[in-house]
Amino acid sequence: MAVNIKPKLGLNAYKVDATSHIAINHEICKTKCAIKFCAFVCPARVYTLGADGLIHIEHDGCLECGTCIIACRSAALTWHYPTAGQGVQYRFG
Amino acid sequence: MADKVDVLVVGAGLAGLAAAYHLADAGIETIVVERGDYPGSKNVTGGRLYLNPVRPFFPVDFWNDAPFERAVVKEKLTMLSARAGTTVEFSSDALRAEPRHSCTILRAKFDQWLADKVSEKGAFIIPKNKVDDLIFDGARVVGVKATDSELLADVVVVADGALSFIAEKAKLRAHRDPHHYALGVKEIIELPAQTIQDRFGVREGEGAAQLFFGSITDGMVGGGFLYTNRESISLGMVVGIEALMHHDPRIEAPELMEILKARPEVAPLIDGGNTVEYSAHVIPEGGIAMMPKLVGDGIIVVGDAAGFGLNLGITVRGMDFALASGALAARAIKDAKAKNDFSAASLSAYEKFLRDSFVIQDLQTFGGMMRVLDNPRMYTRYPETIANIFEKLFWLGDTPKEKLTATALREAMRGFGNLDALKDAFGLLKV
Repeated sequence: MAVNIKPKLGLNAYKVDATSHIAINHEICKTKCAIKFCAFVCPARVYTLGADGLIHIEHDGCLECGTCIIACRSAALTWHYPTAGQGVQYRFG
Repeated sequence: MADKVDVLVVGAGLAGLAAAYHLADAGIETIVVERGDYPGSKNVTGGRLYLNPVRPFFPVDFWNDAPFERAVVKEKLTMLSARAGTTVEFSSDALRAEPRHSCTILRAKFDQWLADKVSEKGAFIIPKNKVDDLIFDGARVVGVKATDSELLADVVVVADGALSFIAEKAKLRAHRDPHHYALGVKEIIELPAQTIQDRFGVREGEGAAQLFFGSITDGMVGGGFLYTNRESISLGMVVGIEALMHHDPRIEAPELMEILKARPEVAPLIDGGNTVEYSAHVIPEGGIAMMPKLVGDGIIVVGDAAGFGLNLGITVRGMDFALASGALAARAIKDAKAKNDFSAASLSAYEKFLRDSFVIQDLQTFGGMMRVLDNPRMYTRYPETIANIFEKLFWLGDTPKEKLTATALREAMRGFGNLDALKDAFGLLKV
């Protein structure tokens, strides 16, 4: 079951931050992390493992939950909140 | 030279706003810095607020104009096996009575209402402004670096939520342990008010709360939840992050909602509904074990940032802890201000207030609960056994039926009559 998360994310209001609030150190990711937790614990599928073996990041769908940084045990991820006023805007919450 | 105020609150969630409300009420100059466009725009709840624990912390008429969605008059607990579900439904005169026991809320609306209350008291709320770092004088916190400016304060109240980057920067909190956090995902599904009332058998203004556990998490600690709002349903799933990381076979977080929505016990409840929002948030579930240092020189930690949440399987709390801890932090700061001493020793009155209140007492009483809940049998064998018992009792086949007690006992023995179950029952008795 591979859910297409894009239409669901499309329901949300976002103000897309021009600069990404997520950065990854590919060197650490490649060498220190075999499991790539971020690629499946993220509820917005921000992280995908490419054919090149690298994690690709699409920050604009981020729900700002922070599960990825809790699950990233290799400290390859640098994650902070988006610029003030940017990112997801919960209308219900 | 940066501006200076008495107290600076990081984050306009329930804990931060509760602190600001009481500080402003005491005439203490308070600024709340919020990274979202408006208070609530980054906040998510399941969600329901239990009101009895927080009433003593606010004026009697405080909640009269609160934007509650529905008062919960019906509590449902659904235990799921792969092919069956057993639901316990509870309602009572006490749940139906005023003042209300608990109400469902939506945070975008609720937090803006609370923020207005805070502004009326005279505190300033600055949205679209993110605190990136603290300013130190030696080991003492003296202010914050925010998006637009540096702000100095006698005390910084850390109310930046479950991830609490600021408590980390203050070195009050150790590195985040995946065992201590759960991921919550939720959809808001719109339905007409009358449809909700009909489906859940409640009156106008009344609602239901339903928790689901069992095969939907395939052994992972967690479960589903459903709360009725005025014209929508909050439907979601919670799973422990550690459990999700190591579950075999792998379950992708985006699938969690679909697993729940596909259940025949859930699908008819949301039939014809329109999903209008998909949200996610982490939930502190580590209790006392994850509690950071609560105070430092010039700094105090409240709400989710302090790990104040409590999941007992049948009640899930966090917002009442947030409101109470914010109010108690304000009390400690007020006393500190009277002495003009904002050291950790002076602010540690907050810890005493917490210990004297339900906040730390409940966390301590139920400190062993996560051990009980973080047990695959709670989500596999036990709900299955209960389903099997009822299936045998309710089902009529084409052969003569055996005696009811014999059937029930045999199924019960099969699921519960072993050493594991005895140990689990013993564990539960200790909670």
